[in-house]
Amino acid sequence: MSLQVRLNIPRKDFTINVSLSVTPGQVTSVFGPSGCGKTSLMRAIAGLENRATGQIRMADEVWQSQDYFRPAHQRDIGYVFQDASLFPHLNVFDNLQFGLRRQARDKRRVSLEQAIELLALSPLLRRSVDTLSGGEKQRVAIARAVATSPSVLLFDEPLAAVDIAHKQEILRYIQSLHRELDIPMLYVSHAIDEVARLSDNLVLLEKGQQLASGKTADLLSQLSLPFANYEEAAAVLDTTVIGRDEFYGLNQLSFAGGQIEVSHGHLKPGDKVRLRIMARDVSLTLTHHENSSILNIFPAVIESMVNEGPTQKLVRLNAGGQIILSRITAKSADKLGLRPGMPVFAQVKAISPLV
Amino acid sequence: MHPDLTALLITLKLAAITTLILLVIGTPLAWWLARSQWRFKFMIETVIALPLVLPPTVLGFYLLIMLGPNGPIGGLAEAVGGRPLAFTFTGLVIGSVFYSLPFVVQPLQNVFTAIGDNVMEQAATLRASPLDRFFNVMVPIARPGFLTAAVLGFAHTIGEFGVVLMIGGNIPGETKVVSIAIYDHVESLEYSQAHLLSGGLLLLSFLMLMAVYGLNRRFSVLRS
Repeated sequence: MSLQVRLNIPRKDFTINVSLSVTPGQVTSVFGPSGCGKTSLMRAIAGLENRATGQIRMADEVWQSQDYFRPAHQRDIGYVFQDASLFPHLNVFDNLQFGLRRQARDKRRVSLEQAIELLALSPLLRRSVDTLSGGEKQRVAIARAVATSPSVLLFDEPLAAVDIAHKQEILRYIQSLHRELDIPMLYVSHAIDEVARLSDNLVLLEKGQQLASGKTADLLSQLSLPFANYEEAAAVLDTTVIGRDEFYGLNQLSFAGGQIEVSHGHLKPGDKVRLRIMARDVSLTLTHHENSSILNIFPAVIESMVNEGPTQKLVRLNAGGQIILSRITAKSADKLGLRPGMPVFAQVKAISPLV
Repeated sequence: MHPDLTALLITLKLAAITTLILLVIGTPLAWWLARSQWRFKFMIETVIALPLVLPPTVLGFYLLIMLGPNGPIGGLAEAVGGRPLAFTFTGLVIGSVFYSLPFVVQPLQNVFTAIGDNVMEQAATLRASPLDRFFNVMVPIARPGFLTAAVLGFAHTIGEFGVVLMIGGNIPGETKVVSIAIYDHVESLEYSQAHLLSGGLLLLSFLMLMAVYGLNRRFSVLRS
């Protein structure tokens, strides 16, 4: 049940040219600045953009080809719009039922109860949608889309209209959907932290052109891509919880390059946890300092480095197959004589678990 | 039955039938005007708005020519075995439909434009077919617009005089409406009857408009 998309969408100043696929159980993110064509792409997949040409296939169904265009209401999608708009004339419960009632009985795999539970909506069911907060509206919109048991879920900047306080909450709900339901997801955003947190695969879009695509962790750590230039350049690590140091309240996680300890809440052994390590939080030493306050120190090999202006360098490290980025001053790099191929120790000062 | 009561019933019947017809043809027309990207759309809008500025006698004069036995529509009616439409109730309905068209189309067009495509697109992604989403999403959300359109169309048709005078004449029980009856009473200096009918019409119009404004305030579902 994978979604295959190859589309050309003419726009005023450029043409969007994208080819991607979304596989079951995976979140694919389309990332790019505002106006790069992300929303048009999503609309085209949903069948809302009639100028789009190309091919869209969902499993063995053709949704669009040279001589065929399946209208939006016959495409098996769940679409979560940017502004969380709900039907103003229906209450929360009736909004949730709207799509479900129109889905063929034999295609219903997600029950209404399940959708309500996944998004924790039971206290809101009788409310009028006018009285909901931005975050609550978006939860209803997500549940409404999920309740139709779609073959693919499309999220078009779902956090754009949600205040910062509730962004994390909504992201957690989306993650739980990803865990509980086997529905492939396509997530569009211009916020790198959302993308880093949610997605398995990443498509980088700029002015309608696909600059790169691949595994999220790989793309985020490539020095040749614009991600590396961001202030919040970071590497993504997929880890497994192996234990807990009860005395100090630390979770022990293992990844390809060794073990790591983080103090984030109470994680259960066996949990998969994605971590994000900011390049600015990683410093380098030539020898392993036992007498350091920093807990997480790994041996790594320098793969490559690039200059960031006259004063800074970004270093790409390989720790047992796991890529880590480090941003250091040019002065330190020269003092240590850093060059590709050199073994070093990466000292990680801060880690944000993305759970 | 008292002739004034007959006139009132004809007036109400005329307004009701006209409003119904206008809602049926005005809704798709307004929808098309609200959604079409056609570059010459403004010309259609101009034609629809004409009755707002044209003296009713001008509209009535052309309708008289069209509906009369030598006119295209009247001739056609005659050819298929009917009678010419001028000076009939049917002719009055046709005239009223043109006369009140902008009062129904414009509120509907405004409400359709204000609601925008977003809710319809949501409905489409939730498996609703075009007709399904029009009737189950657009119509309920546009309810204040429909209410305004219906009441304005109705009230405006009740208030028509010039067009009726030109194409309806003054046939009691067929085309004699309240506004004409008032005119007749004043002509023959029957001021007390004129007062009664005028006051009644004033009250009716006031109540209808008040209902629209009152209800539209309550259905505040229409947001930008």
